[in-house]
This record gives sequence, structure tokens and C-alpha cells, in this order.
Amino acid sequence: MSGVTVRIEGLVKHFGRVEALKMLDLELKPGELVAFLGPSGCGKTTTLLLMAGIYKPTAGEIYFDDNRVDQLHPRERDIGMVFQSYALYPHLSLFENIAFPLRLQRVVKSEVKRKVEQTAELLGITEQLQRRPGMVSGGQQQRAALARALVKEPQLLLLDEPLSNLDALIRLSARAEIRRLQQDLSITSILVTHDQAEALAMADRVACFSVGEVQQYATPDELYERPANTFVAGFVGFPPMNLIEGTFNGGFKAKDLGVAVPDGHSGGKGHLGIRPEDVRFDGDILGKVLLIESLGRDALLTLDVGGNILKAMAAKGMESRPGDEVKLSFPQQWLHLFDVNGERLDR
Amino acid sequence: MPLLPQRWRLFVILLIVIGLPILTGLVWLILTSLFDRVHGLIPQGPFGPENWRFLVEPSIQGRPPVWVALFNSIVFSAAVAVIEVLVSAMAAYAISRMQFPFRRTYLGFVLMLHAFPAISLIIAIFYVLRILGLFDTLMGVILVKASLELPLGIWLMKGFFDNLSWEMEMGALVDGASRWTVFWRIALPMVRPGILALGTFAMLSAWGEFILPFTLIVSGKSWTMALYLQSFMGEAFTDYGLMAGVGLFYVLPVVLFFLLGQKYLLNIYSGGVKG
Repeated sequence: MSGVTVRIEGLVKHFGRVEALKMLDLELKPGELVAFLGPSGCGKTTTLLLMAGIYKPTAGEIYFDDNRVDQLHPRERDIGMVFQSYALYPHLSLFENIAFPLRLQRVVKSEVKRKVEQTAELLGITEQLQRRPGMVSGGQQQRAALARALVKEPQLLLLDEPLSNLDALIRLSARAEIRRLQQDLSITSILVTHDQAEALAMADRVACFSVGEVQQYATPDELYERPANTFVAGFVGFPPMNLIEGTFNGGFKAKDLGVAVPDGHSGGKGHLGIRPEDVRFDGDILGKVLLIESLGRDALLTLDVGGNILKAMAAKGMESRPGDEVKLSFPQQWLHLFDVNGERLDR
Repeated sequence: MPLLPQRWRLFVILLIVIGLPILTGLVWLILTSLFDRVHGLIPQGPFGPENWRFLVEPSIQGRPPVWVALFNSIVFSAAVAVIEVLVSAMAAYAISRMQFPFRRTYLGFVLMLHAFPAISLIIAIFYVLRILGLFDTLMGVILVKASLELPLGIWLMKGFFDNLSWEMEMGALVDGASRWTVFWRIALPMVRPGILALGTFAMLSAWGEFILPFTLIVSGKSWTMALYLQSFMGEAFTDYGLMAGVGLFYVLPVVLFFLLGQKYLLNIYSGGVKG
């Protein structure tokens, strides 16, 4: 298997009068895993189905290497796909499920057997091959679905929420396993997910979607450290970043809160962002504790800071109760500045 | 056999009471076919196979041999079932999966068709068959019966197809299947319970059909069992012994069908679609 370069140019999809995808330009390098991240209804699955050829685009072009594919039938695109529900055929054994794409290509029997067994071994489901999907566990179904997608050695792998039906525990190991497999095979892949932890953990690059548009296309680190706008800032990272609406005027002022901010803004209304884990418990900003939620190792505090409701992460053992006053500081290097439209004011 | 709990006994007694008339009918049918004369349920005449002579006589007063009628009935039922299942499945799949103009209107009309009793259409059908040259042929009745049953079949199969997951079909398309392959190899096997149910109902409905063949078939060579049986009901004299024999003979294939197919028929609802 070898990865393919994927190029999406000006892709648009309308369903009737609904603009599911407004305008998309994206490029995937060979062997890269790109996550499409976003809330439901943001256009990420639509994009995936456009890549697969289930939908035809309203406008725009898709290229695999230098071949234009957006008008081709799915079978001419050489892709493998894993669905959220796995979409295994319940009336066929796992063996026949995995063999299905090969049978359609009229591969000779002995070759089918060899390839299916090889792929099953890769995914550790050799023992279950004669069973039907209803007879094996969710994790095994998921592996079988992955095996079916990989068995014909596609040039592009599409994963549509492949992990969201798994138990939390298996999900973590499956996450690592898919990533390892994808890197071993160096197959270009797209992962659609609404789980930002999954996207950040697995992907080389993440395309963050909202209302039919890509808000930011960057590496996980960059997405986390330099979100391009307030949507990405609020969506990536958990607990989500605090976004305070206020006015820049030398410093930043929101209700009774005044914060010193780095340069780079030109004054006027805007948003100040700080992640809960970046709030420090020393300094001269006064806050009142409203609520404490234990997260195990840490505690998440809900604070009233000068009339603004903020969240802050505190180490366990910090003695405070609802109603207490705490002293805070917002370190300048961890502040994110956004203009009135939510776009990042770059430093 | 474990004894039934107390509260079930009343229920069982009730079932027996309800079933009694049907049972009586069956007993009468069997007794009447085996004895020369039966008064009430008490056999009078000598026991003997006299009433089953229609099986061996080539022709009773100008009627075709019973085997011809039996053969016609089997062909009739099987053909109706096959046509109905095939056409319903394909139509229902298209309705369930494709977008086309007037889809909802079409569905409504299909259902409305089902509201017409066959007998109210019979004169029009008669003319249509005359024009097509299918009057007095088994083929003609098969087509009429199958099309009259179609609305029910289409709605039933549409329900089954609506329950199939879209993702599964998308998966098959991505795997390299054509639309037809998806229908034939993925969708159809998964609605097998529906196909079995519809096929059985269509077959039984055709097996018992009387009005259509009665009106649309004249010559004896195309008679079905229903017509053959009816022909023994004379205006002046009816040989009830003979009729009972023919009636029993008419029922036997259905009983046989159920005995042999029980395993599959009862499996209809345990097949399931979930993966």
C-alpha cells in the first residue's frame, strides 16, 4: 500500500437550499492522517462522503495524486471506509465480510483466502473469522470493519467516527492501534470525529470544521496553542478555554476585571481567552469560588472574577470552598486575543 | 410435560371452545369423505374409498382430470408468489432508497389501489384481458392476481427496506459494488424474513383464490382446484361425499407445505436484521 496525495479544490455541496459545505480547499500529504473535527452538522461527514463518491459535489474538484475523481463511481476510486456502525453485513461471516470487496473484484479464490487471513491476522481476529458479526464483541466488529476496508489495499482510508461505539477503555487501545497500523501501512487517511481528544491524539493534522467551513487546518499542537478564532479556541481542549467578552484599551477590561495583555491588538471590543489550566493561583486578581468539581487528580473551579464567570484548574489539595475568595493571575504568554469577530489578533 | 399453571387452564378451555366449530368442520369433512353417507357426524353408509374416485377417473362428467387442476393451482400460486415478491421488492427498494418526483403521491396511490375489492374491477379486467388476448389463460389470471396483491407487498417490503442501515449500503458501494449488486447481495438477503412472509401470504392467497379464476377462466384445461371443487355444486343435486373428498384433497398440499416449511416459517421473526 502506498499513500496518495489528496487535493480538494473549491469543494461545495448543497442539499436543496441547505449549504452543507460552503467552500473547502484542503491538501493531504501521502501517508498523512488528517482528522476532520467538528460538532455534528458541521460538514465533516458530508466531505467524507464526497471523497467516497456517495455524494456528487455541487461544485469543486477532488484529486487523488493527479487524477480527478469527484465524478467517478465509488468503486473507481480505490478507497476503504469504516463507518460508525461498522456496517458489517449481518448475514455473512466475518470472513465473507472481509472478502466482499475482493469477491467484487473477482479475485481468484486462493488469493482471497490468503489476503483475508493475512489482514485478519494483522488485526488479531483470525479466531473469529467463521462467526457472524452478531456473535462477536464490539471491538472485534470494529476490527473486522477495518479489515474489510484495508483488505483491498486502498490508496485512501476513510474513517467515519470509527471509535465512538466502543467502550471508553477499548477506545483508547483501538485509537493507538489504528494509528500504528496506519503508520505501518503509510496509507493516507481521513478520520472524522467530534471527539477533540481523539483528533489531537491520532492525527498529523486536524481540520476543524464549523457550519460548513474549515476554521483552521493545522497540527494538533498549533491548534491547541494558537487557535485561529474563538470557535476553535472553544472547541479544542477540555475543559474548554475561557472566552471573556470585553474591550481592549492598552489592557483588557471586562466588567470589573482588568487584565494586562501583550501588544498586538489595536483597541476596541474583542475577546480574551485563557485555558482553565493556565490560570495561576497567585497574583492580584480577586475571584470568588462558586463551584468545585473534582476531576480526580485536579479540581475544576468555577469562579466569579469581576462579574465574569470563569473556569480554572486547581491542583488537588488546594483548600477552598464555595464562597471563598481566591487570588489569581493570568500569565501573559498564555493569553489568547481575539477581535470582535472572533478572529485571532496575532502576536 | 409440565402442568400448566392454574390461571392458564381457563385460557386453554376458552381456546378449545373457540376452536370447536373449526374442528367440527374438519371432522365432518374427513368423515364425509370416507363414508357413503353421513348424518350429522354419525357415519351411516359403508366405509370406503368411493368418494375418492376422482383421483383415478380421467374425467367425471366432462370435467378435466383433477391432476390438471392441481397442477394449474400449483403453477398459479407459485407464479403469483414469485412475481409478487420480485416486483414488490424491487419497487419497494426504489421507493425506500431513491428520490424521484411524486414519490409520496405514488405511495398514496398504491395504497388506494389496495382499497378496491377485486370484484369491483372485474368487468374492466375482463375487457383488458380480452384485448390483450389473455382471457381464459392461466397467465392472465396470474398477472391479475399478482398485481392486485402488489400494493400490500410494496408497503410491506418498503417497511423492511426502510429499516436497513444506509451505512451498510454505502459501505458496499465503497467496497466496489454497483447499485444492483447492493440490492441483490446486501439488501435482499437482509430482508429475507419479509420475503418469506410475503411469499407465503401471496401463495396462500392465490391457492384459495376463487373469484378471479371463476370469472376469467372458462375452459377446463385452465381450471384451478377452486374451480374444480366449485363445479361439483349442482343446482339440483350435490354429491357431498365427493365434494368432501375433493375439498380434503384441495387442503392437503397446504398442510404439507406447512409441515415441511414449519422450521423456516417460524424462523421468520427470529432472523433479525441487527448486526
